[in-house]
Amino acid sequence: MSKMRYSRRSLLKTGAAAVAASAFPAPMIWAQEIKDITLRQFGTGVSNLNDVAVKVKEDLGFTLEMTALDSDAVTQRAATQPGSFDIADIEYWICKKVWPTGNLQAMDTSRITNYDKIVGIFRDGKLTPDSVIAQGTAPHTVGFTSGPGGTDFVQEESGWMTLIPTIYNADTLGIRPDLIGRPIDTWAELLNPEFRGKASILDISSIGIMDMAMVCEAMGEISYGDKGNMTRDEIDRTIAIFTDAKRAGQFRAFWKTFDESVNLMASGEVVIQSMWSPAITAVKARGIPCVYQPLKEGYRSWGGGIGLSSGLSGMPLDAAYDYINWYLSGWVGGYLMRQGYYSAVPETSKQFMSADEWGYWFEGKPAQGDITSPTGEKLAGPGDVRDGGSFEERMGRVACWNSVMDENQYMVRKWNEFIAA
Amino acid sequence: MQRLLKSPHVTGWLLASPVALVLAVFLILPIVMIAVISFWTATEFAIVPAFSFENYQFLFGSSVTYRVFLNTFRYAAITWAITLALGFTIAYFLAFHVRSQTWQMVLFLLCTIPFLTSNIIRMISWIPFLGRNGIANSALMSWGLIDAPLEWLLFSDFAVILAFVHLYTLFMVVPIFNTMMRIDRSLLEAASDAGASGFQTLVNVIIPLTKPGIMIGTIFVVTLVMGDFITVRFMSGSQSANVGRLISNDIALLQYPSAAATAMVLLVTVLIVIGALLRLVDIRKEL
Repeated sequence: MSKMRYSRRSLLKTGAAAVAASAFPAPMIWAQEIKDITLRQFGTGVSNLNDVAVKVKEDLGFTLEMTALDSDAVTQRAATQPGSFDIADIEYWICKKVWPTGNLQAMDTSRITNYDKIVGIFRDGKLTPDSVIAQGTAPHTVGFTSGPGGTDFVQEESGWMTLIPTIYNADTLGIRPDLIGRPIDTWAELLNPEFRGKASILDISSIGIMDMAMVCEAMGEISYGDKGNMTRDEIDRTIAIFTDAKRAGQFRAFWKTFDESVNLMASGEVVIQSMWSPAITAVKARGIPCVYQPLKEGYRSWGGGIGLSSGLSGMPLDAAYDYINWYLSGWVGGYLMRQGYYSAVPETSKQFMSADEWGYWFEGKPAQGDITSPTGEKLAGPGDVRDGGSFEERMGRVACWNSVMDENQYMVRKWNEFIAA
Repeated sequence: MQRLLKSPHVTGWLLASPVALVLAVFLILPIVMIAVISFWTATEFAIVPAFSFENYQFLFGSSVTYRVFLNTFRYAAITWAITLALGFTIAYFLAFHVRSQTWQMVLFLLCTIPFLTSNIIRMISWIPFLGRNGIANSALMSWGLIDAPLEWLLFSDFAVILAFVHLYTLFMVVPIFNTMMRIDRSLLEAASDAGASGFQTLVNVIIPLTKPGIMIGTIFVVTLVMGDFITVRFMSGSQSANVGRLISNDIALLQYPSAAATAMVLLVTVLIVIGALLRLVDIRKEL
């Protein structure tokens, strides 16, 4: 009887535990299993924030693993390695390429608590009932599919979403007002000979070509059918204009990474260039004046969202829906808004921002006190107003969405020629 | 067994096998794979096994390729000429002017100190130095030599070559210094006794005897410059292209087969250059 060496005490303990387990079975097991769940998310650096993973563990209990990649690698991974992720944090134009592969699953909007509060841009494409839908890959055009298992896109709110929108913004040119000394109000200024040797553009072909198109159209040189889907002829003419400018010494340099754009601007090598919102913040944080200049032709905009891997099912899928609902419930939105991005459900984010922050970032009102980033750096002082103004003023003036063209490979080759010219 | 191991033939093979294995796995195999993939085709997300000349056809059919290769050769040639002049002078000074062996070693080590820091750091540190409001421009302006900042100091071919020279001169100094140190000093005395001037000794004795060192340095510099992409990208502000950047652009856009094809063409070009160089000097004979 060697194996029956239970002491009375240990028998009692086990017994008590068994009674407890049978009395409240579900929550205990559920809490335990939720803890064991790990969701693997990957995406571009903008919204893959460690703070989010920490907060998820705190609020929801499961583990979120984040991998940050550049947008080319993100596209490749979403398209070719569906088993390597549970949640894809991608941009809408990437979705256009990836969705048809069937690696993501449609999301049931009836399970999204705040679905009705998601801004119109991601539902019917209209911010306000009379907005005009911009060119390029507008998010709502690739935001819905016909049903579970669908690999197509439908234009109406079908109840099945491809991506749940999370983050978006409107991009424009950044300028150094102290070195320019006069108002700038059009994209055409990028090629103004006045700034010869002091201009820059980003060397990422898919985005760079759109900034070029905004400039060429503003100059009145080319009128595009769709800047987000150019014909070969439009690509040729656009690149030709910029090649001439490059040969004439218009550009000081091209940038490829965030920090390069910050250094070019902060050192005064460049006074006008394509730029991203957090880069402006980084220049300002060094005490150097820098403006994210609103231009009369409008903004080039982009949006990102999270999609679920088609391999996700059962409890991890439920956890993923919890995650999405949590994402839209305001904490992340507030965090992103205080970085200068916009949240898909602004009204929930409002609860996680002070009235002054909400006024400054969303309503375009002058700041009352110091405005700080989520990590505590001072971004603006009393009386400062956000460049471009309120949410409606900025997102209501989108001229073009980031997109992928049918002639993408041709465009890339022409882009290489431009760099080598 | 004993006799087999003692046979010089077998020992030779055994001694050579570790390095042969390493080279086979880490050099030959990757190159073979690159060669194979260069014949594949790519869609936007995937590479597809095939046997297609499409990549090469596009490469040789595009004027960009020729321009970029020409530019790569230009960088290599200019960098080579400058590093050779500098390297030879420095090595000559160390080998023939510095008499004490201790000082020779001290000065030689001094030359290598910058190489204890990272390549990239040494290159990037030029950027604030040469910039529009950088130290170089403000110094020149405060001395009254120029009125306006010199724009061509940074983000230009000048900056690229400057960085190359800075990064690679040591690769010229070391082999030349090494061969110079092996020159029998009595040959120089003999030349002097026979009435040769300093210049004649240099041209007729020292340079011919230093050729293997020059050649080794040349191979280093030329291959390094031709294979580089990061220096060109940073110092030209992405405004100039060389073959390395062409390859890195392709990789960024997931066009691996096209990148592989460009890499093969570059490899063959560099091998031809080295082959031609080795025809000029038989390194093995002269070492």
